[in-house]
Amino acid sequence: MNAPVYNFAYLNEQTKRMIRRAILKAVAIPGYQVPFAAREMPMPLGWGTGGVQVTAAILTPDDTLKVIDQGADDTTNAVSIRKFFVKTAGIRTTEATQDASIIQTRHRIPEAPLTENQILVFQVPIPEPLRFLEPRETETRKMHALEEYGVMHVKLYEDIARYGEIATTYDYPALVNDRYVFDPSPIPKFDNPKLGQCSALQLFGAGREKRIYALPPYTNVKSLDFEDYPFTLQSWEKPCEICGSRESYLDEIVMDDAGRRMFVCSDTDYCSKRQAMA
Amino acid sequence: MYVAVKGGEKAIDAAHRLLSEERRGDTTVPELSLEQISGQLTLGVDRVMNEGSIYDRELAALAMKQARGDLIEAIFLARAARTTLARFGYTEAVDTSAMQIRRRISAAFKDIPGGQILGATFDYTHRLLDADFDKTPAGVADVSLPRNMPKVLGLLEAEGLIEQSRPSTTTPSDVTQTPTSFPMPRDERLQSLARGDEGFLLSLAYSTQRGYGRTHPFAGEIRLGEVEVEFTPEELGFPIVIGEVTLTECEMINQFKGAADVPPQFTRGYGLGFGQCERKAMAMALVDRSLRAGELGEERIAPAQDEEFVISHCDNVQATGFVEHLKLPHYVDFQAELGLLRQLRTESVAVQEAAE
Repeated sequence: MNAPVYNFAYLNEQTKRMIRRAILKAVAIPGYQVPFAAREMPMPLGWGTGGVQVTAAILTPDDTLKVIDQGADDTTNAVSIRKFFVKTAGIRTTEATQDASIIQTRHRIPEAPLTENQILVFQVPIPEPLRFLEPRETETRKMHALEEYGVMHVKLYEDIARYGEIATTYDYPALVNDRYVFDPSPIPKFDNPKLGQCSALQLFGAGREKRIYALPPYTNVKSLDFEDYPFTLQSWEKPCEICGSRESYLDEIVMDDAGRRMFVCSDTDYCSKRQAMA
Repeated sequence: MYVAVKGGEKAIDAAHRLLSEERRGDTTVPELSLEQISGQLTLGVDRVMNEGSIYDRELAALAMKQARGDLIEAIFLARAARTTLARFGYTEAVDTSAMQIRRRISAAFKDIPGGQILGATFDYTHRLLDADFDKTPAGVADVSLPRNMPKVLGLLEAEGLIEQSRPSTTTPSDVTQTPTSFPMPRDERLQSLARGDEGFLLSLAYSTQRGYGRTHPFAGEIRLGEVEVEFTPEELGFPIVIGEVTLTECEMINQFKGAADVPPQFTRGYGLGFGQCERKAMAMALVDRSLRAGELGEERIAPAQDEEFVISHCDNVQATGFVEHLKLPHYVDFQAELGLLRQLRTESVAVQEAAE
């Protein structure tokens, strides 16, 4: 049997070149979804294959990689993806946000500010912000081309009419560089303000949907809202029960059958750094 | 030759001899035993039991072998055997909260009472082909988990955050014994989905995730393990345990819903199947929730929300039968069409010539 021999970071060089071209185009047109010929990856589609392909395409032997899921380095899928790159690329990894040159993430942006020397790679399930308003790609591409975003505002307005507020808590749509409405991936809307004017390059990879898009450093990103219903952030009554932070996004942990709950930082690196300083 | 339709009997006998020869394959290679199939192709066996609607590993293994590994054919064989069995009665409803857990995960909470238990899963394996995958000695798993792990959705129910799961007051119907009609009650719908084709339900479930009838799902809890089956014999009058079955259960937490008199609550979708059948149970739960669109006052616009469309086409034994029946001779009907087409063409040519 001919066992395959894998290249550095699994993908072959032609594939990486194709992905890099898509990334360059995405950087040139912030917020625009660039189609690319996504490959099968050795993990299931929908589990981060877009992010993994972007990371594989930009990874160099000198990089230090951090992988998080739900803000934590020790979640199963983050562990799995980190091990994949250790195995196929032999690169250094870290859990410290400031030590990483590439951070691949699912559902969070780290609490610590990022720098110009870093790239944040998002795993994206559904890249199209209009998808749940219009299921057909032929239609949504036209809507983007014509800047036809009325349906999105109507959706947000209907939320207000029904619930008294915009009932979108994650995957919160935003306008990039005054042109494209984009889907920031299912990060909590708490993280949306970190997207705009960020020092790091932010790349978004959707493998199953075969799309790549980007926010170059220092891009304007505005979360959609209304003058009388401005965009607001989630907040908690109590600080993190481990590190005491009032500024971070908190996870709810169920402690026992009686339903006792505990709220702690979702960003495990941020939380442990604060504990070490205390 | 197909043209010699009258020579059918000899042709069929010859085809069957050829089939058994091809089924056996190279006779210098040892024949597969039923123990090997039921013990090593376990998930295939589980699927045949599920869609064949019969909990019998040995019978499912035999069906797989006889069907040359074609699972739909095996499911067909299992169904054909099942339908001949006499009914002694119906068991008590199984209690999945008393399951002896082997795997149990929740995507809704980071940690849950009793813990997240990964169990034997492909989930975090890297799909790298490895000819030596079975050369590393099998690890000895240290598993002794308690029974009665609390249901994750029960925790939300206690807070009123999700719709209550109400025990049914009526005896569930049996879609294999009584005729059904639309609209279907949920018990019949769930039975039909449990027997439904994994691939069909998977694709429908996927379509709801891509905007065709979105339900905002979270995998509230997926659990796999053994539950006891109880039966009340008439002469005893109280339930006794008659055996154990392996089940996979998926409880989805979906899009919240409120009304003028009800504060908003999450809604739920439910999936259950024999053996380890996570993909099927999850797809079933998503489609179950989509099919509740009418009941929950949602607009029904997508295929996965259309009960008649989904239920009428989810059974792969029915589907394969009718699609493949096109192989049967249709020459009488076809002759009628041929005659008509020739006549229409002659008329059309005549009209054209007259016009010129």
